[in-house]
Amino acid sequence: MTKVQVLGPGCPKCQQVAANVTEAAKAIGMQVEIEKVSKPMEIAKYGVMFTPGLAVEGEVVCAGRIPSVEEIKGWLEAEPAKEQK
Amino acid sequence: MSDSQKCACEPSEVLFFPCSGGSNCGQIAHHAAVELHKAGRGKLFCLAGIGGHVKGLIESAKAAKVLVAIDGCPALCVKKTLDHAELPPRIHIVVSELGIEKKSGHLDFSDEELAVCRDRLAQELQAWVAGPAADSTSVS
Repeated sequence: MTKVQVLGPGCPKCQQVAANVTEAAKAIGMQVEIEKVSKPMEIAKYGVMFTPGLAVEGEVVCAGRIPSVEEIKGWLEAEPAKEQK
Repeated sequence: MSDSQKCACEPSEVLFFPCSGGSNCGQIAHHAAVELHKAGRGKLFCLAGIGGHVKGLIESAKAAKVLVAIDGCPALCVKKTLDHAELPPRIHIVVSELGIEKKSGHLDFSDEELAVCRDRLAQELQAWVAGPAADSTSVS
């Protein structure tokens, strides 16, 4: 199962990111586990200065904005290819 | 979200990337950025993280509207670091080209020298606010 980290204190924007991840995963038939990273020092480990941030398998893919469902689909679909390497 | 936790959901429109290197000009660049940060004109950002390819910092920088590169000298390390990360600065100044002689290993500078750099940056920011240029602005 692909792990996705939503980085942010838990405000409505963070919640929207998590909702978009859920929608994107459902659309492409992928199972994802959403981990909410809300502690400032934990967010800092990712190098994210502006939230909301999103990481796929620990790699940050965006920060400071709400990514679209289409963008998230692309990041999720790219993940299995990485695992095959 | 707890009441004590500050939301960082409003990315700064302006990010400062100063040289901070081992010369008077590097230090002037750094202190000018600190002053403008404290004045609320933008946020001091982590150039080292960009150079270190820290993905979270690179993605955070992409959320800003204006990246300000403040180089100390013609080596242009700041601009080159940002360009390498595909983060082209919209405003770029070089302290040693503002009439301030670079002295390697000398970290002291005068208030007047700092003011020259700080005021030039403030001018450039004001010009951007008045009408953002489509292309990068290089100042010498």
